[in-house]
Amino acid sequence: MPANRFNGNCDYGIGIGLRVPHYAHILSKKPVVDWFEIISENFMVDGGRPLELLDQILEQYRVVQHGVSMYFGSADKPDRAHLTRLKALVKRTKTPWLSDHLCWGSVDGTYTHDLLPMPYTFGAAKRTAQKIKEVRDFLEVPICVENVSSYAEFHASEMTEWEFLSEVVELADCGILLDVNNIYVSSKNHAFNPYDYLNNIPHHRVGQMHVAGHTRFEKYILDTHDHPVLDPVWKMYAHATRQCGVSATLLEWDDKIPSFDEVHNEALKANEFIDGAKKAKK
Amino acid sequence: MKKPPKHAPARIDTTEQLRSFQRMMMTAVVRPLDAGDNLNSKWVDGRSMAKVASEFIKPNDRLSSFERLELYNQMYWYRIYEAMRDDCPGLQAAMGEKAFSKLSKAYLTQRPSRSFTLRDLCSRLVKFLADNPRLTAPRTKLAIEIARFEWAQTVAFDGEALPVVTGESLARTPPNKLKLGLQPYITLLSLRHPVDTYVMSVKRREVMRSEASNTPDSKVVAKKRTRRPALPKPAPTFVAVHRLNNRLFYKRLDPAAFKILEALSSGVVLSRAIEAGGPAVKPAKVRDWFTSWMALGWFCEAGNKSARQAS
Repeated sequence: MPANRFNGNCDYGIGIGLRVPHYAHILSKKPVVDWFEIISENFMVDGGRPLELLDQILEQYRVVQHGVSMYFGSADKPDRAHLTRLKALVKRTKTPWLSDHLCWGSVDGTYTHDLLPMPYTFGAAKRTAQKIKEVRDFLEVPICVENVSSYAEFHASEMTEWEFLSEVVELADCGILLDVNNIYVSSKNHAFNPYDYLNNIPHHRVGQMHVAGHTRFEKYILDTHDHPVLDPVWKMYAHATRQCGVSATLLEWDDKIPSFDEVHNEALKANEFIDGAKKAKK
Repeated sequence: MKKPPKHAPARIDTTEQLRSFQRMMMTAVVRPLDAGDNLNSKWVDGRSMAKVASEFIKPNDRLSSFERLELYNQMYWYRIYEAMRDDCPGLQAAMGEKAFSKLSKAYLTQRPSRSFTLRDLCSRLVKFLADNPRLTAPRTKLAIEIARFEWAQTVAFDGEALPVVTGESLARTPPNKLKLGLQPYITLLSLRHPVDTYVMSVKRREVMRSEASNTPDSKVVAKKRTRRPALPKPAPTFVAVHRLNNRLFYKRLDPAAFKILEALSSGVVLSRAIEAGGPAVKPAKVRDWFTSWMALGWFCEAGNKSARQAS
């Protein structure tokens, strides 16, 4: 869906992640970019250069916040101090929607700084959805939850990952940030058909998509974000775009980051698939 | 972190069962790697880790339950080791790779992250070093000073800035009633070693190594130009770690100037703070210092506390 209530009814196009190696280029050359995704935690600080830089970016560009530490799936209650900081940032950026991951990563106040997979149970879905609603009510901004890549599955799970994602977003009445690369990575690690995943989620809830590169090892695939997007992922992206409509799309490139132009050009490849999806619709 | 359950719950219907499951997984993920950088073969109670892992993680046709858990365990340690190295280049250089790795493992095991952000990972390091001197012996005092200096840089980088006190408002209050606060992003350090110049030379060396690696004869250049900086010899050093125009700076202070600033930040009135500088300090000197500090925007209203203070 190009614009829906899960992405603040914004018709955003192709964006890239705002990363440190590109700051100087962006501020001096002011390249045309539809929007930037920022990692919320990098700017949840009290002052200094990070906020100065953010304000300079906000003068020129549209920014969407993406978090890595809300841990909607953690059994812990949302941390009020964390939420207060995040809300201050939401007010600063005026992000039309906010995304974070369908995962957990902390318990009893100790943090792994990782995106750990959930046990796919109805009880966990209910608890997670409740937390998403609490966070959304506090922040007063639409939320999209992102599917993570994973390397483990649990005996306690009662359903597939896509059934769990669907259950959570329906209960929470929130959006989906559909990470196509993560689906591909998990499909190879857990031997499922990634198109079963794409075909069986509530398409109308997709508010944003992610694409990224990954690394194949002998026995598993890692979600490394240090490569261009690989062909099977672009094919899945084309399929997802045909099903969900043209959504705000972002390329993630977080390690071995090349020049700004190289990253941006890689992101703009999405246009080929978007055009293809539009033609197919006609 | 609370103790994990003896067994992972077979069903996860309630929040308590979810918490129990997460304690189990978390305990495994943060468990220190063995000598070969692999998942420890024993669980916390001495049982086989492979057996415990198989109780809650499914194997697949390529990886056992143990191996799947090991991926998360290794990724956790690589991530936090890297974060600690990024934050503590001076400490790492002073201690050497082997001792620093041992220290990192001990610190991160005993003080796992309690913050949503890796920015705070080393916020408890100074106290940890003081409580565990064996890890840095025989250079514990130097190690603590470097850790204090490196944490002060984190604070100066993104600490809070409060409204600067103006000259006009200073003039309105007599010195025997005037209290001034220091900006929360400033850290005053009284040191026995000049660790500011040491850490800067370590960082310069890292930059040179990085640049040298891009040259055709990189190995030769790197060897010639990037010799490890000598450890600093003892010398009383007073420094303020601060920022100006959002860039980090280290300002050396005269011992008397340091005492005045320290007194001000402890909450005493201006006239008493100036007395703390000692009788030998000439008024003209004090005036120069205050002119410089005002220009740097160091003063805010007294009594303001930073929103996020280091422990």
